[in-house]
Amino acid sequence: MKILVCISKSPDTTSKIAFTDGDTKFDENGVQYIVNPYDEWYALVRALELKEAGGGSVSIITVGSAADDSVIRKALAIGADEAVRIDAEPTDAYYTAMQIAEYAKSNGFDLVLTGKETINYNGSQVAGMIAEGMDVPFVSLASRMEVGGSTATLDTEIVGGIQTVEVALPAVVSCAKGMAEQRIPNMRGIMAARTKPLNVVAPADIQALTSFTSYSLPPAKSECKMIDPENMDELVELLHNEAKVI
Amino acid sequence: MSTLVYINSNNGLAKAALEVVTYGKKLGGDVTVVTTGGADEATLASLGEYGAGKVLVDRSVTSNDPGQIANVVKAAAEAAGASTIVFSHDFIAKSAAPRVSVKLKAGLVSGAIAVPEGNKVKVNVFSGKAYGFVEVNTDTKIISLLPNSLQPEAGGSACSVEEFSGNAGEAAIKVIETKKPEGDIPLPEAELVVSAGRGLKGPENWGMIEELATELGAATACSRPVADIGWRPHHEHVGQTGVAIRPNLYIAAGISGAIQHLAGVNGSKVIVVVNTDAEAPFFKAADYGIIGDAFEVIPRLTEAVKNFKAAN
Repeated sequence: MKILVCISKSPDTTSKIAFTDGDTKFDENGVQYIVNPYDEWYALVRALELKEAGGGSVSIITVGSAADDSVIRKALAIGADEAVRIDAEPTDAYYTAMQIAEYAKSNGFDLVLTGKETINYNGSQVAGMIAEGMDVPFVSLASRMEVGGSTATLDTEIVGGIQTVEVALPAVVSCAKGMAEQRIPNMRGIMAARTKPLNVVAPADIQALTSFTSYSLPPAKSECKMIDPENMDELVELLHNEAKVI
Repeated sequence: MSTLVYINSNNGLAKAALEVVTYGKKLGGDVTVVTTGGADEATLASLGEYGAGKVLVDRSVTSNDPGQIANVVKAAAEAAGASTIVFSHDFIAKSAAPRVSVKLKAGLVSGAIAVPEGNKVKVNVFSGKAYGFVEVNTDTKIISLLPNSLQPEAGGSACSVEEFSGNAGEAAIKVIETKKPEGDIPLPEAELVVSAGRGLKGPENWGMIEELATELGAATACSRPVADIGWRPHHEHVGQTGVAIRPNLYIAAGISGAIQHLAGVNGSKVIVVVNTDAEAPFFKAADYGIIGDAFEVIPRLTEAVKNFKAAN
Protein backbone atom coordinates (compact mmCIF):
# COMPACT_ATOMS: atom_id res chain seq x y z
CA MET A 1 0.00 0.00 0.00
CA LYS A 2 1.51 3.30 -1.16
CA ILE A 3 0.12 6.32 0.63
CA LEU A 4 0.71 9.99 -0.21
CA VAL A 5 -0.11 12.54 2.51
CA CYS A 6 -0.46 16.18 1.45
CA ILE A 7 0.74 18.64 4.05
CA SER A 8 0.45 22.38 4.23
CA LYS A 9 2.17 24.76 6.60
CA SER A 10 -0.01 26.94 8.78
CA PRO A 11 0.68 29.52 11.47
CA ASP A 12 0.69 28.11 15.01
CA THR A 13 -2.86 28.16 16.38
CA THR A 14 -1.94 30.85 18.92
CA SER A 15 -0.37 33.21 16.32
CA LYS A 16 -1.42 36.83 16.23
CA ILE A 17 -3.15 37.43 12.89
CA ALA A 18 -2.03 40.68 11.22
CA PHE A 19 -1.37 41.93 7.69
CA THR A 20 1.28 44.11 5.99
CA ASP A 21 1.90 45.83 2.64
CA GLY A 22 -1.41 47.69 2.65
CA ASP A 23 -3.26 44.63 4.03
CA THR A 24 -2.29 42.51 1.03
CA LYS A 25 0.07 40.07 2.79
CA PHE A 26 -0.07 37.98 5.96
CA ASP A 27 2.37 39.41 8.51
CA GLU A 28 4.85 36.58 9.17
CA ASN A 29 6.75 38.60 11.76
CA GLY A 30 7.20 36.42 14.84
CA VAL A 31 4.95 33.68 13.41
CA GLN A 32 5.88 30.04 14.05
CA TYR A 33 4.84 27.72 11.25
CA ILE A 34 3.57 24.24 12.02
CA VAL A 35 2.21 21.36 9.94
CA ASN A 36 -1.50 22.15 9.46
CA PRO A 37 -3.09 20.24 12.39
CA TYR A 38 -5.67 18.39 10.26
CA ASP A 39 -2.92 17.17 7.91
CA GLU A 40 -0.67 16.09 10.77
CA TRP A 41 -2.98 14.73 13.49
CA TYR A 42 -5.47 13.00 11.27
CA ALA A 43 -4.14 12.34 7.73
CA LEU A 44 -0.48 11.62 8.50
CA VAL A 45 -1.03 9.65 11.69
CA ARG A 46 -3.75 7.47 10.10
CA ALA A 47 -1.44 6.81 7.12
CA LEU A 48 1.30 5.67 9.52
CA GLU A 49 -1.15 3.40 11.38
CA LEU A 50 -2.22 1.77 8.08
CA LYS A 51 1.42 1.21 7.15
CA GLU A 52 2.23 -0.25 10.58
CA ALA A 53 -0.71 -2.65 10.28
CA GLY A 54 -0.37 -3.69 6.64
CA GLY A 55 3.03 -2.60 5.32
CA GLY A 56 3.79 -0.25 2.45
CA SER A 57 5.12 3.29 2.46
CA VAL A 58 4.07 6.79 3.48
CA SER A 59 5.30 9.76 1.45
CA ILE A 60 4.46 13.37 2.21
CA ILE A 61 4.15 16.12 -0.35
CA THR A 62 3.89 19.89 -0.16
CA VAL A 63 4.05 22.77 -2.61
CA GLY A 64 6.40 25.45 -1.30
CA SER A 65 9.86 26.98 -1.13
CA ALA A 66 13.04 25.89 0.68
CA ALA A 67 11.82 27.94 3.65
CA ASP A 68 9.22 25.22 4.24
CA ASP A 69 11.80 22.43 4.67
CA SER A 70 11.71 22.79 8.48
CA VAL A 71 7.96 22.10 8.47
CA ILE A 72 8.55 19.09 6.18
CA ARG A 73 11.18 17.73 8.61
CA LYS A 74 8.61 17.97 11.44
CA ALA A 75 6.29 15.72 9.44
CA LEU A 76 9.15 13.32 8.68
CA ALA A 77 9.96 13.18 12.41
CA ILE A 78 6.48 11.83 13.10
CA GLY A 79 7.29 8.89 10.86
CA ALA A 80 6.81 9.40 7.11
CA ASP A 81 9.38 7.59 4.95
CA GLU A 82 10.17 10.33 2.46
CA ALA A 83 9.11 13.80 1.41
CA VAL A 84 8.52 15.58 -1.87
CA ARG A 85 8.53 19.34 -2.20
CA ILE A 86 7.25 20.86 -5.42
CA ASP A 87 9.38 23.93 -5.68
CA ALA A 88 6.81 26.69 -6.23
CA GLU A 89 4.71 29.28 -4.44
CA PRO A 90 1.27 27.68 -3.73
CA THR A 91 -0.66 30.59 -5.24
CA ASP A 92 -4.15 29.12 -5.01
CA ALA A 93 -5.90 25.82 -4.27
CA TYR A 94 -6.21 24.90 -7.96
CA TYR A 95 -2.51 25.53 -8.64
CA THR A 96 -1.50 23.52 -5.56
CA ALA A 97 -3.90 20.65 -6.27
CA MET A 98 -2.92 20.31 -9.93
CA GLN A 99 0.78 20.16 -9.00
CA ILE A 100 0.07 17.36 -6.52
CA ALA A 101 -2.28 15.54 -8.92
CA GLU A 102 0.44 15.54 -11.61
CA TYR A 103 2.94 14.01 -9.20
CA ALA A 104 0.47 11.51 -7.76
CA LYS A 105 -0.66 10.32 -11.20
CA SER A 106 2.85 9.50 -12.35
CA ASN A 107 3.87 7.77 -9.09
CA GLY A 108 1.03 5.26 -8.61
CA PHE A 109 -0.35 5.84 -5.09
CA ASP A 110 -3.21 3.73 -3.67
CA LEU A 111 -4.38 6.44 -1.32
CA VAL A 112 -3.91 10.22 -1.22
CA LEU A 113 -4.79 11.82 2.13
CA THR A 114 -5.23 15.46 3.19
CA GLY A 115 -6.59 17.22 6.27
CA LYS A 116 -10.19 18.44 5.95
CA GLU A 117 -9.01 22.05 5.53
CA THR A 118 -6.10 24.29 6.48
CA ILE A 119 -6.55 26.48 9.53
CA ASN A 120 -5.38 29.57 7.62
CA TYR A 121 -7.50 29.45 4.45
CA ASN A 122 -10.28 27.03 5.53
CA GLY A 123 -11.17 26.38 1.88
CA SER A 124 -11.56 22.57 1.79
CA GLN A 125 -10.70 22.77 -1.91
CA VAL A 126 -7.38 21.02 -2.55
CA ALA A 127 -8.39 17.39 -1.88
CA GLY A 128 -11.43 17.40 -4.18
CA MET A 129 -9.42 19.10 -6.91
CA ILE A 130 -6.65 16.48 -6.65
CA ALA A 131 -9.29 13.75 -7.01
CA GLU A 132 -10.76 15.38 -10.11
CA GLY A 133 -7.26 15.95 -11.52
CA MET A 134 -6.43 12.25 -10.98
CA ASP A 135 -9.94 11.15 -12.05
CA VAL A 136 -10.43 9.00 -8.93
CA PRO A 137 -13.16 8.93 -6.22
CA PHE A 138 -13.05 11.46 -3.38
CA VAL A 139 -14.40 10.96 0.13
CA SER A 140 -14.50 14.17 2.18
CA LEU A 141 -14.52 14.82 5.94
CA ALA A 142 -13.79 11.23 6.96
CA SER A 143 -13.63 10.48 10.67
CA ARG A 144 -12.78 6.75 10.33
CA MET A 145 -11.06 4.71 7.63
CA GLU A 146 -10.34 1.00 7.35
CA VAL A 147 -8.63 -0.49 4.31
CA GLY A 148 -9.14 -4.08 3.15
CA GLY A 149 -7.69 -5.25 -0.17
CA SER A 150 -8.53 -2.67 -2.80
CA THR A 151 -11.42 -0.98 -0.98
CA ALA A 152 -11.67 1.47 1.88
CA THR A 153 -14.57 1.75 4.33
CA LEU A 154 -15.06 5.19 5.84
CA ASP A 155 -17.31 7.19 8.13
CA THR A 156 -17.96 10.65 6.72
CA GLU A 157 -19.76 13.71 7.98
CA ILE A 158 -23.09 14.68 6.43
CA VAL A 159 -25.48 17.40 7.59
CA GLY A 160 -26.65 16.32 11.03
CA GLY A 161 -25.17 12.84 10.93
CA ILE A 162 -22.60 10.29 9.86
CA GLN A 163 -22.61 8.08 6.79
CA THR A 164 -20.62 4.87 6.35
CA VAL A 165 -19.42 4.47 2.77
CA GLU A 166 -17.24 2.16 0.72
CA VAL A 167 -14.96 3.18 -2.11
CA ALA A 168 -12.55 1.43 -4.49
CA LEU A 169 -8.88 2.45 -4.41
CA PRO A 170 -7.09 4.48 -5.60
CA ALA A 171 -8.98 7.32 -3.95
CA VAL A 172 -8.47 10.70 -2.29
CA VAL A 173 -9.70 11.15 1.30
CA SER A 174 -9.85 14.32 3.42
CA CYS A 175 -9.47 13.55 7.12
CA ALA A 176 -11.30 15.06 10.11
CA LYS A 177 -11.32 14.58 13.86
CA GLY A 178 -11.73 10.99 15.01
CA MET A 179 -9.48 9.51 12.31
CA ALA A 180 -6.43 9.19 14.60
CA GLU A 181 -4.82 10.57 17.74
CA GLN A 182 -2.05 13.16 17.64
CA ARG A 183 1.50 11.73 17.94
CA ILE A 184 4.38 13.61 19.52
CA PRO A 185 7.66 12.93 17.67
CA ASN A 186 10.35 11.33 19.84
CA MET A 187 14.09 12.08 19.73
CA ARG A 188 14.80 9.07 17.52
CA GLY A 189 12.20 10.28 15.02
CA ILE A 190 13.63 13.79 15.03
CA MET A 191 17.17 12.45 14.44
CA ALA A 192 16.01 10.07 11.69
CA ALA A 193 14.09 12.88 9.96
CA ARG A 194 17.34 14.73 9.25
CA THR A 195 18.57 12.05 6.87
CA LYS A 196 15.30 10.93 5.25
CA PRO A 197 15.02 11.76 1.53
CA LEU A 198 13.47 15.14 0.66
CA ASN A 199 13.10 15.29 -3.11
CA VAL A 200 12.66 18.70 -4.69
CA VAL A 201 10.61 18.56 -7.89
CA ALA A 202 10.17 21.29 -10.51
CA PRO A 203 6.57 22.50 -10.87
CA ALA A 204 4.30 21.72 -13.83
CA ASP A 205 3.01 24.61 -15.93
CA ILE A 206 -0.31 25.50 -14.25
CA GLN A 207 -2.20 28.81 -14.04
CA ALA A 208 -3.93 29.81 -10.78
CA LEU A 209 -7.68 30.52 -11.07
CA THR A 210 -8.10 32.84 -8.08
CA SER A 211 -6.09 35.34 -6.06
CA PHE A 212 -6.39 36.94 -2.63
CA THR A 213 -6.22 40.69 -3.25
CA SER A 214 -6.47 41.94 0.35
CA TYR A 215 -7.36 41.09 3.93
CA SER A 216 -9.03 42.80 6.85
CA LEU A 217 -9.57 42.17 10.54
CA PRO A 218 -13.04 42.01 12.10
CA PRO A 219 -14.10 45.17 13.96
CA ALA A 220 -13.06 45.06 17.61
CA LYS A 221 -15.71 43.60 19.91
CA SER A 222 -17.47 46.25 21.93
CA GLU A 223 -17.13 46.05 25.70
CA CYS A 224 -18.72 42.97 27.29
CA LYS A 225 -21.85 43.96 29.21
CA MET A 226 -21.79 42.36 32.69
CA ILE A 227 -25.08 41.05 34.04
CA ASP A 228 -25.96 40.36 37.68
CA PRO A 229 -25.96 36.55 38.12
CA GLU A 230 -29.13 36.89 40.22
CA ASN A 231 -30.97 38.70 37.43
CA MET A 232 -31.42 36.42 34.44
CA ASP A 233 -34.66 38.19 33.48
CA GLU A 234 -32.48 41.16 32.53
CA LEU A 235 -30.34 38.95 30.26
CA VAL A 236 -33.40 37.52 28.51
CA GLU A 237 -34.79 41.05 28.10
CA LEU A 238 -31.47 42.23 26.53
CA LEU A 239 -31.25 39.19 24.24
CA HIS A 240 -34.78 39.94 23.05
CA ASN A 241 -34.85 43.75 22.80
CA GLU A 242 -31.22 44.78 22.35
CA ALA A 243 -29.49 41.86 20.61
CA LYS A 244 -32.74 40.65 19.00
CA VAL A 245 -31.62 37.02 18.90
CA ILE A 246 -34.50 35.41 20.80
CA MET B 1 -25.71 37.48 -16.34
CA SER B 2 -26.96 34.08 -15.33
CA THR B 3 -26.50 32.24 -12.04
CA LEU B 4 -26.82 28.53 -11.29
CA VAL B 5 -27.52 27.53 -7.69
CA TYR B 6 -27.02 23.93 -6.55
CA ILE B 7 -29.10 22.63 -3.68
CA ASN B 8 -29.53 19.15 -2.25
CA SER B 9 -33.18 18.28 -1.68
CA ASN B 10 -32.82 14.75 -0.33
CA ASN B 11 -34.42 15.79 2.94
CA GLY B 12 -36.71 18.58 1.75
CA LEU B 13 -35.46 22.17 1.72
CA ALA B 14 -33.07 23.20 4.47
CA LYS B 15 -32.75 26.86 5.49
CA ALA B 16 -29.30 26.82 3.86
CA ALA B 17 -30.99 26.06 0.51
CA LEU B 18 -33.21 29.15 0.83
CA GLU B 19 -30.12 31.20 1.75
CA VAL B 20 -28.23 30.25 -1.42
CA VAL B 21 -31.23 30.92 -3.67
CA THR B 22 -31.63 34.35 -2.02
CA TYR B 23 -27.89 34.92 -2.53
CA GLY B 24 -28.24 33.98 -6.21
CA LYS B 25 -31.03 36.53 -6.59
CA LYS B 26 -28.88 39.23 -4.95
CA LEU B 27 -26.18 38.67 -7.58
CA GLY B 28 -28.64 40.06 -10.15
CA GLY B 29 -29.68 38.34 -13.38
CA ASP B 30 -31.51 35.04 -13.91
CA VAL B 31 -31.34 32.33 -11.29
CA THR B 32 -31.61 28.66 -12.25
CA VAL B 33 -31.61 26.10 -9.47
CA VAL B 34 -30.30 22.60 -10.08
CA THR B 35 -31.04 19.94 -7.52
CA THR B 36 -30.46 16.26 -6.92
CA GLY B 37 -32.64 14.31 -4.55
CA GLY B 38 -36.20 13.51 -3.90
CA ALA B 39 -38.15 16.68 -3.09
CA ASP B 40 -41.56 16.81 -4.80
CA GLU B 41 -42.48 19.31 -7.50
CA ALA B 42 -44.53 21.67 -5.30
CA THR B 43 -41.70 21.94 -2.76
CA LEU B 44 -39.18 22.71 -5.49
CA ALA B 45 -41.53 25.20 -7.19
CA SER B 46 -41.64 27.18 -3.93
CA LEU B 47 -37.99 28.14 -4.53
CA GLY B 48 -39.43 30.67 -6.99
CA GLU B 49 -40.55 32.68 -3.98
CA TYR B 50 -36.88 33.19 -3.07
CA GLY B 51 -35.81 34.22 -6.55
CA ALA B 52 -35.43 31.08 -8.67
CA GLY B 53 -36.66 31.49 -12.25
CA LYS B 54 -36.57 27.76 -12.93
CA VAL B 55 -35.67 24.55 -11.11
CA LEU B 56 -33.93 21.65 -12.85
CA VAL B 57 -34.17 18.35 -11.01
CA ASP B 58 -32.06 15.27 -11.72
CA ARG B 59 -33.75 12.40 -9.86
CA SER B 60 -31.22 9.81 -11.05
CA VAL B 61 -28.82 10.95 -8.32
CA THR B 62 -30.06 9.73 -4.96
CA SER B 63 -26.92 9.81 -2.80
CA ASN B 64 -24.34 12.50 -2.07
CA ASP B 65 -21.81 11.12 -4.56
CA PRO B 66 -19.58 14.14 -5.33
CA GLY B 67 -18.60 12.83 -8.77
CA GLN B 68 -22.24 12.50 -9.85
CA ILE B 69 -23.24 15.84 -8.36
CA ALA B 70 -20.29 17.53 -10.09
CA ASN B 71 -21.35 16.06 -13.46
CA VAL B 72 -24.93 17.27 -13.01
CA VAL B 73 -23.83 20.77 -11.95
CA LYS B 74 -21.49 21.03 -14.93
CA ALA B 75 -24.24 19.98 -17.37
CA ALA B 76 -26.75 22.38 -15.79
CA ALA B 77 -24.25 25.27 -15.82
CA GLU B 78 -23.68 24.71 -19.52
CA ALA B 79 -27.43 24.40 -20.20
CA ALA B 80 -28.18 27.61 -18.29
CA GLY B 81 -25.17 29.50 -19.67
CA ALA B 82 -24.26 30.32 -16.07
CA SER B 83 -21.40 32.70 -15.33
CA THR B 84 -21.68 32.12 -11.56
CA ILE B 85 -22.36 28.84 -9.73
CA VAL B 86 -23.40 28.98 -6.07
CA PHE B 87 -23.23 26.23 -3.42
CA SER B 88 -23.92 26.28 0.31
CA HIS B 89 -20.56 25.68 2.05
CA ASP B 90 -21.66 22.37 3.58
CA PHE B 91 -20.29 18.85 3.26
CA ILE B 92 -21.55 18.55 -0.33
CA ALA B 93 -19.93 21.79 -1.45
CA LYS B 94 -16.72 20.65 0.21
CA SER B 95 -16.72 17.47 -1.87
CA ALA B 96 -18.40 18.40 -5.18
CA ALA B 97 -17.51 22.09 -5.76
CA PRO B 98 -13.74 21.44 -6.13
CA ARG B 99 -14.51 18.81 -8.78
CA VAL B 100 -16.73 21.28 -10.70
CA SER B 101 -13.96 23.88 -10.46
CA VAL B 102 -11.47 21.54 -12.17
CA LYS B 103 -14.01 20.28 -14.74
CA LEU B 104 -14.92 23.82 -15.86
CA LYS B 105 -11.53 25.40 -15.03
CA ALA B 106 -13.59 27.95 -13.08
CA GLY B 107 -12.16 29.65 -9.97
CA LEU B 108 -13.72 28.53 -6.69
CA VAL B 109 -14.24 30.88 -3.74
CA SER B 110 -14.98 28.94 -0.54
CA GLY B 111 -16.68 30.25 2.56
CA ALA B 112 -18.11 33.50 1.15
CA ILE B 113 -19.93 35.60 3.74
CA ALA B 114 -21.29 38.43 1.57
CA VAL B 115 -22.45 39.37 -1.92
CA PRO B 116 -19.40 40.23 -4.12
CA GLU B 117 -18.33 43.87 -4.29
CA GLY B 118 -17.31 44.31 -7.91
CA ASN B 119 -15.11 41.36 -8.67
CA LYS B 120 -14.15 40.69 -5.06
CA VAL B 121 -15.74 38.10 -2.81
CA LYS B 122 -15.39 38.43 0.97
CA VAL B 123 -14.54 35.19 2.76
CA ASN B 124 -13.66 34.02 6.26
CA VAL B 125 -9.97 33.12 6.65
CA PHE B 126 -7.69 32.19 9.56
CA SER B 127 -10.57 30.26 11.16
CA GLY B 128 -12.73 33.36 11.40
CA LYS B 129 -9.98 35.58 12.84
CA ALA B 130 -9.80 37.64 9.61
CA TYR B 131 -11.51 38.30 6.28
CA GLY B 132 -9.99 37.86 2.84
CA PHE B 133 -11.07 39.34 -0.48
CA VAL B 134 -10.76 36.92 -3.39
CA GLU B 135 -10.72 37.76 -7.07
CA VAL B 136 -11.57 35.10 -9.64
CA ASN B 137 -9.44 35.17 -12.79
CA THR B 138 -11.78 33.06 -14.92
CA ASP B 139 -15.00 33.95 -16.80
CA THR B 140 -17.04 31.48 -14.77
CA LYS B 141 -16.82 31.68 -11.01
CA ILE B 142 -17.98 29.30 -8.29
CA ILE B 143 -18.92 30.60 -4.85
CA SER B 144 -19.75 28.52 -1.77
CA LEU B 145 -21.61 30.53 0.85
CA LEU B 146 -21.12 29.96 4.59
CA PRO B 147 -24.44 28.98 6.19
CA ASN B 148 -26.18 31.71 8.24
CA SER B 149 -24.46 34.54 6.29
CA LEU B 150 -27.75 36.08 5.17
CA GLN B 151 -31.46 35.64 5.82
CA PRO B 152 -33.69 33.99 3.18
CA GLU B 153 -35.95 36.60 1.56
CA ALA B 154 -39.27 35.44 0.13
CA GLY B 155 -41.43 37.64 -2.07
CA GLY B 156 -41.69 36.13 -5.54
CA SER B 157 -44.04 33.44 -6.78
CA ALA B 158 -43.63 29.74 -7.51
CA CYS B 159 -41.52 28.84 -10.54
CA SER B 160 -41.46 26.02 -13.09
CA VAL B 161 -39.80 22.70 -12.33
CA GLU B 162 -38.24 20.64 -15.14
CA GLU B 163 -36.90 17.10 -15.05
CA PHE B 164 -33.24 17.23 -16.08
CA SER B 165 -30.67 14.65 -17.06
CA GLY B 166 -27.15 15.75 -16.21
CA ASN B 167 -25.42 12.54 -17.34
CA ALA B 168 -24.42 11.86 -13.77
CA GLY B 169 -22.73 8.53 -14.53
CA GLU B 170 -22.24 5.77 -11.96
CA ALA B 171 -21.81 6.47 -8.25
CA ALA B 172 -18.21 5.82 -7.13
CA ILE B 173 -19.12 5.89 -3.46
CA LYS B 174 -21.32 3.14 -2.07
CA VAL B 175 -23.42 4.11 0.95
CA ILE B 176 -23.53 1.33 3.55
CA GLU B 177 -25.36 3.07 6.37
CA THR B 178 -26.64 6.52 7.41
CA LYS B 179 -26.82 7.48 11.08
CA LYS B 180 -28.66 10.58 12.16
CA PRO B 181 -28.99 11.43 15.82
CA GLU B 182 -32.74 11.67 16.33
CA GLY B 183 -34.40 14.86 17.43
CA ASP B 184 -31.14 16.82 17.53
CA ILE B 185 -30.79 20.11 15.67
CA PRO B 186 -27.69 19.83 13.42
CA LEU B 187 -25.05 22.04 14.98
CA PRO B 188 -23.81 23.85 11.83
CA GLU B 189 -27.39 24.92 10.99
CA ALA B 190 -28.49 25.90 14.50
CA GLU B 191 -29.37 29.55 15.08
CA LEU B 192 -29.12 29.19 18.86
CA VAL B 193 -26.46 27.10 20.62
CA VAL B 194 -25.93 26.31 24.31
CA SER B 195 -22.44 25.01 25.05
CA ALA B 196 -20.57 23.90 28.14
CA GLY B 197 -17.07 22.92 29.18
CA ARG B 198 -15.02 21.37 31.96
CA GLY B 199 -16.53 23.83 34.43
CA LEU B 200 -19.53 21.50 34.58
CA LYS B 201 -17.39 18.93 36.41
CA GLY B 202 -18.97 15.81 34.89
CA PRO B 203 -21.29 14.40 32.20
CA GLU B 204 -24.04 13.83 34.77
CA ASN B 205 -24.46 17.61 35.05
CA TRP B 206 -25.45 18.18 31.42
CA GLY B 207 -29.15 17.92 32.20
CA MET B 208 -29.42 21.64 32.93
CA ILE B 209 -27.65 22.49 29.64
CA GLU B 210 -30.10 20.30 27.73
CA GLU B 211 -33.05 21.85 29.56
CA LEU B 212 -31.96 25.35 28.63
CA ALA B 213 -31.38 24.24 25.03
CA THR B 214 -34.82 22.64 24.85
CA GLU B 215 -36.45 25.74 26.31
CA LEU B 216 -34.70 27.95 23.72
CA GLY B 217 -35.00 25.51 20.81
CA ALA B 218 -31.20 25.48 20.66
CA ALA B 219 -28.58 22.87 19.75
CA THR B 220 -26.06 21.72 22.36
CA ALA B 221 -22.28 21.94 21.95
CA CYS B 222 -19.16 21.47 24.05
CA SER B 223 -15.47 22.34 24.31
CA ARG B 224 -12.64 20.07 23.16
CA PRO B 225 -11.54 18.65 26.56
CA VAL B 226 -15.12 17.60 27.27
CA ALA B 227 -15.34 15.67 23.97
CA ASP B 228 -11.85 14.20 24.44
CA ILE B 229 -12.60 12.75 27.87
CA GLY B 230 -15.85 11.34 26.52
CA TRP B 231 -18.36 13.40 28.51
CA ARG B 232 -20.06 14.44 25.27
CA PRO B 233 -20.06 13.06 21.68
CA HIS B 234 -17.34 14.30 19.30
CA HIS B 235 -19.83 15.85 16.88
CA GLU B 236 -20.69 18.41 19.58
CA HIS B 237 -17.10 19.69 19.83
CA VAL B 238 -16.84 23.24 18.51
CA GLY B 239 -13.49 24.94 18.01
CA GLN B 240 -10.40 25.01 15.82
CA THR B 241 -10.25 21.24 15.35
CA GLY B 242 -13.96 20.51 15.76
CA VAL B 243 -16.93 22.17 14.10
CA ALA B 244 -16.89 25.89 13.28
CA ILE B 245 -20.30 27.46 13.84
CA ARG B 246 -21.81 30.93 13.41
CA PRO B 247 -25.16 30.95 15.19
CA ASN B 248 -27.10 34.07 16.13
CA LEU B 249 -26.64 33.27 19.82
CA TYR B 250 -23.89 31.24 21.51
CA ILE B 251 -24.20 30.67 25.25
CA ALA B 252 -21.03 29.23 26.84
CA ALA B 253 -21.02 27.93 30.42
CA GLY B 254 -17.85 26.85 32.18
CA ILE B 255 -15.63 27.35 29.11
CA SER B 256 -12.57 29.55 29.66
CA GLY B 257 -12.34 30.60 26.00
CA ALA B 258 -8.94 29.42 24.78
CA ILE B 259 -7.98 30.83 21.37
CA GLN B 260 -8.61 27.43 19.74
CA HIS B 261 -12.18 27.39 21.07
CA LEU B 262 -12.80 30.98 19.96
CA ALA B 263 -11.72 30.06 16.42
CA GLY B 264 -14.79 27.84 16.16
CA VAL B 265 -17.33 30.31 17.53
CA ASN B 266 -16.11 33.83 16.76
CA GLY B 267 -18.54 34.05 13.83
CA SER B 268 -21.44 33.99 16.32
CA LYS B 269 -23.50 37.19 16.24
CA VAL B 270 -24.00 37.35 20.02
CA ILE B 271 -21.95 35.54 22.66
CA VAL B 272 -23.02 35.06 26.30
CA VAL B 273 -20.38 33.78 28.71
CA VAL B 274 -21.03 32.30 32.16
CA ASN B 275 -17.89 31.69 34.21
CA THR B 276 -16.88 31.80 37.88
CA ASP B 277 -13.48 33.25 36.92
CA ALA B 278 -13.71 36.97 36.18
CA GLU B 279 -10.34 36.71 34.38
CA ALA B 280 -11.54 34.03 31.89
CA PRO B 281 -10.34 35.14 28.42
CA PHE B 282 -13.78 34.36 26.95
CA PHE B 283 -15.21 37.55 28.52
CA LYS B 284 -13.06 39.57 26.06
CA ALA B 285 -14.93 37.98 23.15
CA ALA B 286 -18.34 38.10 24.80
CA ASP B 287 -21.24 40.53 24.34
CA TYR B 288 -22.86 39.65 27.67
CA GLY B 289 -20.98 38.23 30.64
CA ILE B 290 -22.12 36.68 33.89
CA ILE B 291 -19.56 36.07 36.61
CA GLY B 292 -21.16 33.27 38.54
CA ASP B 293 -21.57 29.55 39.05
CA ALA B 294 -23.14 27.82 36.05
CA PHE B 295 -24.93 25.45 38.48
CA GLU B 296 -26.93 28.43 39.76
CA VAL B 297 -27.00 30.71 36.71
CA ILE B 298 -28.11 28.20 34.04
CA PRO B 299 -31.25 26.93 35.86
CA ARG B 300 -32.12 30.56 36.65
CA LEU B 301 -31.70 31.47 32.97
CA THR B 302 -33.88 28.51 31.93
CA GLU B 303 -36.56 29.76 34.32
CA ALA B 304 -36.28 33.30 32.91
CA VAL B 305 -36.60 32.00 29.34
CA LYS B 306 -39.68 29.98 30.38
CA ASN B 307 -41.29 33.07 31.91
CA PHE B 308 -40.43 35.13 28.86
CA LYS B 309 -41.96 32.54 26.51
CA ALA B 310 -45.09 32.37 28.65
CA ALA B 311 -45.46 36.17 28.62
CA ASN B 312 -44.88 36.55 24.85
